[in-house]
Amino acid sequence: MNIIGLYNYWIVVVLMLIGFFIVIAHENLIKKLVGLSIFQTSVFFLYISMGKVAGATAPILDENYQLYSNPLPHVLILTAIVVGIATTAMGLALVVRIYEAYGSIEESDIQVQDNNDRLEDYLEAYGHKNDTHLFNQDKDE
Amino acid sequence: MTAHFPILQVIIPLLAAPLCLFIRIPRIVGIFAILVSATAFLISCGLLQEVITGGTLSYQLGGWAAPWGIEYRIDKLNGYLLLLVSGVSTIVLVAAQTSISKELPENRHTFFYTAYLLCLTGLLGILATADAFNLFVFLEISALSSYTLIAIGTDRRALTASYQYLVMGTIGATFIIIGVGLMYMMTGTLNMYDLAERLPAVYESKTVLSAFGFFIVGVCLKLALFPLHLWLPNAYAYAPSITTAFLAATSTKVAVYVLIRYIFSIFGIEFVDMSLPLGDIFLFLGLTGIFVASVAAIYQLNIKRLFAYSSVAQIGYIILGLAIETELGLTATLLHLFNHALMKAAIFLAIGAVVYRIGSAQLSHYAGLGKKMPWTMAAIVAGGLSLIGVPLTVGFVSKWYLVVALLDKGWWPVAVLVLISSLIAVIYVWRVVEWIYLTPPRIITDEIKEAPMSQLIPIWILVLANIYFGVDTRLTVGVSKLAAQSLFGVN
Amino acid sequence: MTAIAITRMSDLFAVVMLSGIYSLLSASLFLDLDAVDVAFTEASVGAGISTLLFLATLKLVPRYEKKSRYKPTLALGVVIATGALLIYGTLDMPHFGEADAPVHQHVAPRYLNDSMNEVGIPNVVTSILASYRGYDTLGETLVIFTAGIGVLSLLMVSRRTKEKALQKVPADMQNQIILRVVAKMMLPLILIFALYVQFHGDYGPGGGFQAGVIFAAGIILYTMLFGLSLTQKVIKTEVVERLTAFGVLLYAGVGIACMLLGGNFLDYNVLRHDPVHGQHLGILLVELGVGITVAAVMITLFFKFTWRTVKHKYNQ
Repeated sequence: MNIIGLYNYWIVVVLMLIGFFIVIAHENLIKKLVGLSIFQTSVFFLYISMGKVAGATAPILDENYQLYSNPLPHVLILTAIVVGIATTAMGLALVVRIYEAYGSIEESDIQVQDNNDRLEDYLEAYGHKNDTHLFNQDKDE
Repeated sequence: MTAHFPILQVIIPLLAAPLCLFIRIPRIVGIFAILVSATAFLISCGLLQEVITGGTLSYQLGGWAAPWGIEYRIDKLNGYLLLLVSGVSTIVLVAAQTSISKELPENRHTFFYTAYLLCLTGLLGILATADAFNLFVFLEISALSSYTLIAIGTDRRALTASYQYLVMGTIGATFIIIGVGLMYMMTGTLNMYDLAERLPAVYESKTVLSAFGFFIVGVCLKLALFPLHLWLPNAYAYAPSITTAFLAATSTKVAVYVLIRYIFSIFGIEFVDMSLPLGDIFLFLGLTGIFVASVAAIYQLNIKRLFAYSSVAQIGYIILGLAIETELGLTATLLHLFNHALMKAAIFLAIGAVVYRIGSAQLSHYAGLGKKMPWTMAAIVAGGLSLIGVPLTVGFVSKWYLVVALLDKGWWPVAVLVLISSLIAVIYVWRVVEWIYLTPPRIITDEIKEAPMSQLIPIWILVLANIYFGVDTRLTVGVSKLAAQSLFGVN
Repeated sequence: MTAIAITRMSDLFAVVMLSGIYSLLSASLFLDLDAVDVAFTEASVGAGISTLLFLATLKLVPRYEKKSRYKPTLALGVVIATGALLIYGTLDMPHFGEADAPVHQHVAPRYLNDSMNEVGIPNVVTSILASYRGYDTLGETLVIFTAGIGVLSLLMVSRRTKEKALQKVPADMQNQIILRVVAKMMLPLILIFALYVQFHGDYGPGGGFQAGVIFAAGIILYTMLFGLSLTQKVIKTEVVERLTAFGVLLYAGVGIACMLLGGNFLDYNVLRHDPVHGQHLGILLVELGVGITVAAVMITLFFKFTWRTVKHKYNQ
């Protein structure tokens, strides 16, 4: 009973971990956002699950029903869904701009380009324009 | 009217932000934003005054009593921070008028001010609220608007920095709502003070412990505690200078506030002590953060990045004060919050003024500027001295209190380490001084003039505040002490 | 399950479609858990708008993920640590569906028992959303507005580019006569349904947010079939942008009005002599504010992404 009573939460945990894994392990910026939204959705499940009362009905008052599920988590999650879509929209807009600026949406490609930018700054500051040794070293990272 | 002050504080910038879209004329929007922020500042002065003399203020939104509706509650701690945030924001906005005209294309100015006011709304909302979920909502407002403020610039690296911040920030926020959800699950309430009453009954529960864990990790992501700081240096370095000045001075400070509020007012220090060795963890992370970030700062070529790493180090000091878990330690933390905001706002605004003139934040381009822009450079140096903790600056005051608190606790090795870390600060500040004053100019500097008055005045207000609060410590130390006492008194 | 498939796929188009399906599945699960409002929102947002935005982005960026760029060890470690903490946390949780869990004992009962007398509408979710925790909803509207501002400032297309591009753009799907006729018939229905959801939120599931999304979906459908230029003739971008702000102002304005009438911020009781009537009026107005902002922001988002595509296609 102890474990069966918690099964719903464990499903939530699994979903959460999948989402979280996509966010940190993947390099593709779009896929990260998909992962992020899975991660957020799983939190929605956590809240909604705790609001459920066995045998109850949706919290719209009616004389025919006595037992309702807890409405408060529903309200909170409505807000959270909105926050989620806002974040996604913002993230996607950034991805579009990043692609325009870098020509790639893979994290490692972008990092290489950023490192090169920084290297140019370095060369400019210390003026070792011919120091190819340093150049290669940084590129390997 | 005074009864409505707690809400007006937040509502005024909230209403002003959408109004900006109707005004649409960049110059007027700018002045409008200053007025709004200044009003918020005046209200916060009134609030702090009232809180100190009359005690905690509570405001019920929608007229619904606390655990059912949302409550705003102003005590000494957040009254103090409201003052800081709205004050710094006003000064930064004054400098923004000219600065962004150089750094942003004109058609983005209105959006910039709108996002800025939204961010201000979010930060003030986080500070004022006494509702755990409402805090999350305003956290997201401030976060989304800071992503905009960072990415709005013209440097393409700002885009990736903003994206990185978005991903990290969202993970942090999601961790926070997991924490809030688990707490809600065990207590059935979202109001912070109701939580504080009901949590002791379930202290033993594993769920509460895990809620606390998620919450702490989430907030630490937001406040960029080492090693969760990776988003910060890039975000600060490539954002428009005004954004950097504003965010560096306020947003991490507000995250620290959230941490303090949860540890002391909600969970209570007893719970923290018996559940997790949080003091030791913070001590370790704080110290490593200070050293790693300070050393990293030495190697930076971009002056904004340099001071961004220094920010990460300063967060280390702030957390160190928390780790001590005594009233003195907390006082040191609160002092350093305030003082660091003053230093960093001054430094980043001064850098903004240089960017305005030469269009670059590369340290190498600063060569020889000491003669060309003496006042701006003096401001950077003054801020740097304050970062090191030289007497007569605010930096000295907070370091002094920190060391005293450490000695009081008997942690003298840590105190020694703090002093050593100041020496590293000397090195990176010296590097800046070296470029500014001792290196012959690399680029043609003939046409470079001193920064315009509209920027010099706000910069020097902050610098003078740095010195004034370094000498006359009655206000800052007084309020910090009161706030720290009340936090320990509650528990 | 769908989520696992997403981690393995490298065709981003399929990933996005799968995540849409995943959202739809979530929505039905929410329904099963009695959260009708949440299910409604998740279906329209997760499966609708967010999938649409992902697709609009995919039109602008490469469709395939590069292979074998994993760095799973560290990630796995972090994920497992998080999972362990979560599972540990679940051990002391009240069991799923149990009626005497603390959540059902404190705070919530008042909403269920008294909201009919205090607020006077049957949908408890709406009364909490718009009244008890109305300030959260104002915050939520502001979040949407913030996202609108963010996207607006990031994906700006100047008027000149627009005009230049417009001359070259054919309306997409010009030839799909059946689709166009069907859409023409559906559009009024969608818009009417949106209005129904908007104003019926007091009694059944729905409210400003869902209505706004549906309304926006109607407009977006129209745009997809008849082309941007035609839609822009009907709906001016500038107007839509101002409407995003107007919704927030309406919401906060109601709050201010309450203050001027002597109540606290957002205390609708003072709006009319009878508190319950006041609540009705207040909720109606704020829901309208939410609806306007949401619809306007969603439309703006879609326009901005589409303009970006147009710019890339025809302006090189």
